[in-house]
Amino acid sequence: MPNMQMTKTPMPEQEPNVRNKNFKEVSLGYTEEMAINEAKRCLNCKKPLCVSGCPVNIRIPEFISKVAEGDFQAAYEIITSTNALPALSGRVCPQESQCECKCVRGVKGEPVAIGRLERFVADWYRENVNQMPEKPASNGIRIAVVGSGPAGLTCASELAKEGYAVSIFEALHTAGGVLVYGIPEFRLPKSIVANEVKKLEAMGVEVMTDMVIGKVLSVDELFEMGYKAIFVGSGAGLPMFMHIEGEALKGVMSANEYLTRINLMKAYTSESDTPVIVSKAVAVVGGGNVAMDAARCAKRLGAEHVYIVYRRGEAEMPARLEELHHAKEEGIELCTLCNPTKILDDGNGRVGAMECVRMELGEPDASGRRRPIAIEGSEFELPVDTVIMALGTSPNPLIRSTTPGLETNKKGCLIVNEENMTTREGVYAGGDAVTGAATVILAMGAGKKAAAAIDASFQKQE
Amino acid sequence: MFKIVRKKELNASVTLMEIEAPFVARKAKAGQFIIFRIDEEGERVPLTIAGYDRENGTVSIIFQKVGLSTKMLGELNEGDYIQDFVGPLGRPTETEGVKRVCVVGGGVGCAIALPSAQAFKEAGCEVDVIVGFRNKDIVILEDEFRSCSDHLYLMTDDGSYGEHGFVTVKLQELLEKGNQYDEVLAIGPIPMMKFVCKTTEPFGVKTIVSLNPIMVDGTGMCGGCRVTVGGEVKFACVDGPDFDGHKVDFAELMNRNGVYRDQEAEDEQNHMCRIEKIGKALIQ
Repeated sequence: MPNMQMTKTPMPEQEPNVRNKNFKEVSLGYTEEMAINEAKRCLNCKKPLCVSGCPVNIRIPEFISKVAEGDFQAAYEIITSTNALPALSGRVCPQESQCECKCVRGVKGEPVAIGRLERFVADWYRENVNQMPEKPASNGIRIAVVGSGPAGLTCASELAKEGYAVSIFEALHTAGGVLVYGIPEFRLPKSIVANEVKKLEAMGVEVMTDMVIGKVLSVDELFEMGYKAIFVGSGAGLPMFMHIEGEALKGVMSANEYLTRINLMKAYTSESDTPVIVSKAVAVVGGGNVAMDAARCAKRLGAEHVYIVYRRGEAEMPARLEELHHAKEEGIELCTLCNPTKILDDGNGRVGAMECVRMELGEPDASGRRRPIAIEGSEFELPVDTVIMALGTSPNPLIRSTTPGLETNKKGCLIVNEENMTTREGVYAGGDAVTGAATVILAMGAGKKAAAAIDASFQKQE
Repeated sequence: MFKIVRKKELNASVTLMEIEAPFVARKAKAGQFIIFRIDEEGERVPLTIAGYDRENGTVSIIFQKVGLSTKMLGELNEGDYIQDFVGPLGRPTETEGVKRVCVVGGGVGCAIALPSAQAFKEAGCEVDVIVGFRNKDIVILEDEFRSCSDHLYLMTDDGSYGEHGFVTVKLQELLEKGNQYDEVLAIGPIPMMKFVCKTTEPFGVKTIVSLNPIMVDGTGMCGGCRVTVGGEVKFACVDGPDFDGHKVDFAELMNRNGVYRDQEAEDEQNHMCRIEKIGKALIQ
């Protein structure tokens, strides 16, 4: 008999007023009892719609029924048969728009907390077993993976399992891509990412940091070095700005810069040499997960006021519900239907305030969301000393500009076919480099698909 | 980890180091830069490449010990290792189509001007070089410049060596005498580059400057190094570091480069502790 409790089993969290002063993980995860209780809410549907909502098609009811039985090891094996990085996706996936939105239990009440259960299983395994995978027998075929973000790590993992000799080339000094430079410690502890990288290395994957492909080596040189196929998961790097007056003042930066200083360079610790701006009042412009991350970091660094400035309404914000909820709990102030018009100088070349205009929503635009329109004469000044632009990113040109035959669309995203192969034979791509800024799980899905296509291409040759 | 294979003090505050980095050495070109990181706590610091040896797989950097990381780097010796050394980043200095060039270097900026002067020379250009220093004690790379230039003009602010005056005085003189340059390349402190541009503007001589804004990743990701050139926002790390000097907003660059200055002054005490710690660790 399933547990007919209408709401999700709550997951313990740090108190908002405690956690907004530290960088430790916000959510503490289920205990075994909580996980079993939640798992019993699953009806084990004959046609599990949740699976179709998952970009990597995790066999959700199967793993959940193992959790309900208390067989967490079996649950882990079921998850990892289709998803190499459950500790990550369990934490950062937008479950409410994927698996959980299809859950039958969500029709009357809340869906099964699939994400929390996935996270529980991954954490249970890491804390209790954490056996490093064995190195599979090598088939001697060398594959280069460019970028060690979610797409690259997944692709490398899938290929290593099949015996390929995989080398990952990472531009920064630490592997993990956006998982280490973008997503803050309090949402995704870096030790978890490092553990996943360690597992890859145990499988024989070579991880080379400080290697900016497109600069130190070109795609053609990788082929010359003996790599038989290349996967490009170089992400969407270039931050966008608004091109308004005052954007060059001291105290205006991209969310990428702010988050990289804090997450990758650990500027929030006293040991780090990397400086980060200390702010009294911060405006974060944008409504996505990156905006939430930047705002919550600013709060933790001691800002008295942190505003999220977003031109549409709260309902239109693209951020994960949980992030928005957490941000509000932590005292982040929402300034919705509000758009910056210029940033004012304090007289010393620093941000003195940000002028904004109120917006209203008109007819739906191409994205299907209602178009924000400025209300004339409604300008006002927001008293801030720091402005963080979290407006999205566009793909990094370093690889496309140095690789003949790689075609891109108007936005600079690499063009790929259904098998994630680019317009260049043997060069595959996935993640934000192809889609533009998207989610971790979509990048993981693309990495997996490309790995399957690469494997199939060599199977065919034999 | 990257090994320091050679260290040479060029003057009291400027040091040359050769770093073993075969991949970078294979690709490095004049005008490009690298990013180094001392250790796990270190910041990422961009430095323009001062030279490279493809055969031996080494890259030279020349740096002034001004901030925490350069001071710490200066404490290290031959045989020591640094955590990270990534490059070559940015676009190389363009030599194509230039037949006669005047390379102007100021202070430690001469370290970066040298490989560009050499690149022009190798490309068959006629190369005039003007280098300026505050005084005789800090003159660097004189012989190196002499061997890659057709004319070398060495200036000191106080007249203690070479000719008396700023580099702009000599540049003005050369231009007034009717010297025709296809390009002037200026590398040095921001005010110096700004005044070189002011000097060349009335003569309509194309002037390239090598900019050194604050950056974190150096691959186009953080946007910290954005500069306004001809009214457009450019990222020095991927679009530069060389730009048309007549179009650069120097006042903005100057302001932005000071963003952490107050904080750094405050942190000086902590920083000194870390330098001492590194120093002690080396002695032990």
